Amino acid sequence: MNSRQCRVAVIGAGPSGLALASELAARGISGVLLLEREADAGGIPRHCGHSPFGLREFHRPMTGPGYARRLVATALRQGVELRSGAAVTQIGPGRRLTLSTTDGVETLSAEKIILCTGNRETPRSARLVSGSRPLGILNTGALQALVYLKRRLPFRRPIIVGSELVSFSALLTCRHAGIRPVAMIDSEAEVAAWRGAAILPLLLGTRLLLNTSLQAIHGGERVEAATLLSRDGRSRQLDCDGIIFSGRFVSESSLVRSSHLRLDDAGGGPLIDQFGRCSDPDYYACGNMLHPVDTAGWCWAEGRATAASVAASLDGRLPLAERSLAIEAGSSEIRYFTPQLLALPRSDGSALPAPPHRQLQIRMQQDAAGRLSLRDGERVLASREIRARRERRVLLPLPSIESLRQCRSVTLDFEPA
Amino acid sequence: MPEYRASDALPSDLFDIVVIGSGVVGCAMARRFTLEGANVLVIEKSADMLDGASKANSAILHTGFDAPPPGSQEHGCLLEGYREYREIHARLNLPLLECGALVMAWNEAEAERLDELLQNARRNGVDSARLIGAVEVRAREPGVSASVVAALEIPGESVIDPWSAPFAYLLQALENGASLVRACELVGGGFDGEEWTLETSRGRLRARQVINCAGLYGDRVDRMLIGASDFEIRPRKGQFVVFDKSARGLLKSILLPVPTEITKGVVVCPTIFGNLLVGPTAEEQDSRNDASVDAAQLHALIERGKEILPALRQHAVTAAYAGIRPASEHKDYRIRWYPQQNYCCVGGIRSTGLSAALGIAALVYRQYLDRGNRHRPPADPCWPRVSWIAEAGPRDWQQPGNGGIVCHCELVTRREIRQALDGPLAPGSLSGLKRRTRAGMGRCQGFYCSAEICELTEGRISPQLAVEAT
Repeated sequence: MNSRQCRVAVIGAGPSGLALASELAARGISGVLLLEREADAGGIPRHCGHSPFGLREFHRPMTGPGYARRLVATALRQGVELRSGAAVTQIGPGRRLTLSTTDGVETLSAEKIILCTGNRETPRSARLVSGSRPLGILNTGALQALVYLKRRLPFRRPIIVGSELVSFSALLTCRHAGIRPVAMIDSEAEVAAWRGAAILPLLLGTRLLLNTSLQAIHGGERVEAATLLSRDGRSRQLDCDGIIFSGRFVSESSLVRSSHLRLDDAGGGPLIDQFGRCSDPDYYACGNMLHPVDTAGWCWAEGRATAASVAASLDGRLPLAERSLAIEAGSSEIRYFTPQLLALPRSDGSALPAPPHRQLQIRMQQDAAGRLSLRDGERVLASREIRARRERRVLLPLPSIESLRQCRSVTLDFEPA
Repeated sequence: MPEYRASDALPSDLFDIVVIGSGVVGCAMARRFTLEGANVLVIEKSADMLDGASKANSAILHTGFDAPPPGSQEHGCLLEGYREYREIHARLNLPLLECGALVMAWNEAEAERLDELLQNARRNGVDSARLIGAVEVRAREPGVSASVVAALEIPGESVIDPWSAPFAYLLQALENGASLVRACELVGGGFDGEEWTLETSRGRLRARQVINCAGLYGDRVDRMLIGASDFEIRPRKGQFVVFDKSARGLLKSILLPVPTEITKGVVVCPTIFGNLLVGPTAEEQDSRNDASVDAAQLHALIERGKEILPALRQHAVTAAYAGIRPASEHKDYRIRWYPQQNYCCVGGIRSTGLSAALGIAALVYRQYLDRGNRHRPPADPCWPRVSWIAEAGPRDWQQPGNGGIVCHCELVTRREIRQALDGPLAPGSLSGLKRRTRAGMGRCQGFYCSAEICELTEGRISPQLAVEAT
């Protein structure tokens, strides 16, 4: 078995991994190896053929593929070594990983290993939808790869399940390919994306059915119809030839689940501290595997910020945490948050670099209004009024590391308004 | 010619045996008769083998410890099938996970019944069975609920690959001279006292003898060919939930419930692919092909799974599916020769078919010999080795020249997919490809690999993934 070494191994060449690797290289760190399991780097934007991408990074609207190419070109220009077709199959203690390429398996050791494996949508099976299992049932990701990368149509008249941002991306993808969705449905009373998005299906001739859930799928070889159930209890059958299960993103953290790293059961990604460090501090994580789902631009920015702390740790400015506290969730209305660990100040009083995570990123179970607060017993460390939509990011500023010195336990609470 | 494709004319040869159906029983039958020297043709109405009852089951290789009593057909076939699988699996490169089973008693009433099960096991020749207390159960399976009272340990219960096994049986038959026609549905036929003429959707076939292995349609084939059937298929649906591979570490053994009169009940067990399986339900239904799942039943299975193995709460569901078992109104199998008509019916092979198939084939062949038939076995039969897709053991992604991984969840390589598509017994459908390679069967259910699979399978399967190219 081949074995090699590098300084930093970044797993996953989507927006966060590309940004992180580029930034490390730009900071003069050599030996940055970016591993991508697909044949082409770029991640999910590779197959989002529509705008807008790149506003934050390149200050102009780009299509997903154009944006992905630009990120890859930047990484290569900075001197990142990119290996595509390299699938990491195992990560372990001692900064070692196993990967598979067309040449078989090899092992790799690195001083730091960064997990940027992103997220994916929840498939039909995990949603436990009744009915038969014909062809024509897929997620937006698969639809987009089929339409934009392979120029293939899996159906002509699907139903889109969900109304998150990605659901509208599915709608635009359909439009691009000449697919005419018969309906977009959501079990809630309002669309999950921004409210104004509700106009889009109407403009494109697709019915938007809110308060409506998918009760069963029918069909032999291919999807033939779906039974929809509205909140008032009425059910009806709608002819269609496909189902797009959009959104309900989950962390792609299979590597973490089979590793020594501690997992955040709520968010599904690895536990990290403010510096992006995992429970094994030789590992870092960033991007959508921590917080499914945010935009490519947000992940890109997080990748750049996390690179600063990786760089600090490589040159000795970020020592191991002597002590850290796990933030406890004090309300069942909070779905998950990241970072979940707070590194505490060092006993010798030495300064730490500024962490990349200066805010908690939170998602609520559903639409929620009220006050979020981070407490150490009676002491409020941070607090904020929120009006949050489901699936949307909520931010709560974290106190400075120095101010955590006396903390015994930290709880994230939510009090509904 | 081992397989007659859609464009090939059907053979006019007089076959010694036509086997109707390529479920696990038909595959094992074709293998046994071919290895004994008979000239065998298998016909299958679907585009792919294993498309009926055999496509979904719990994949347990049963010892027969709780089978009907000695003397029943099921008991004999289970014991013999179990033994033969263990003899041949390594030569065919088929996996065997010897994990053992625990029949779990969750209350005193169930614990009392374990004694009776132990006696049954001994009566059935499963001597290694023994009763163990709650402490020992928990020591062996720390993940199970603390409410367990006692268990009956059956060390010989094992887990196999429910698709590779019958695939290997049929492949060995084909490689030793048997023939196969898929997408070929029986529509009628008659016996003239000498030979059978079978009418199919593809044309006419001739055979000296016919063996009905039609599974869910066994009674209908009986009625079509011999005018009557001594059983009636009562389809029984079983739904299953597959948990993510991350849950595999929670359990070493197969956990069986204390069975009731109707069913073995809900099982929690490892799969050969490294998942945990919870199921089945047991639902009587009229339809022989409606394998739809029901959300309420799936939720109930998941809840039951979590009661048994509390840590399952932290793990995601990878897949849900349903299988239909060809139960009949009888408790035992309905294996019967009709000597006047050179016809054998192998019917009512309910949930134990995967374990018993090789034994069923051996039994039917002995009965065939008893009726005076003789063949000369091939001197040096070939033993094909099928692709290894089980979790434990060397996989193609570890080997050079694999073409890269296409399905990352199940680590399926491009070479494995191409070999399946180009090789003998190539899949006729997407499900067939999944069964042969596991591509798309993992936690993302095709989120990442559907597009690639669509391209790789274009023109090779029916129906195609894509309805149109742009």
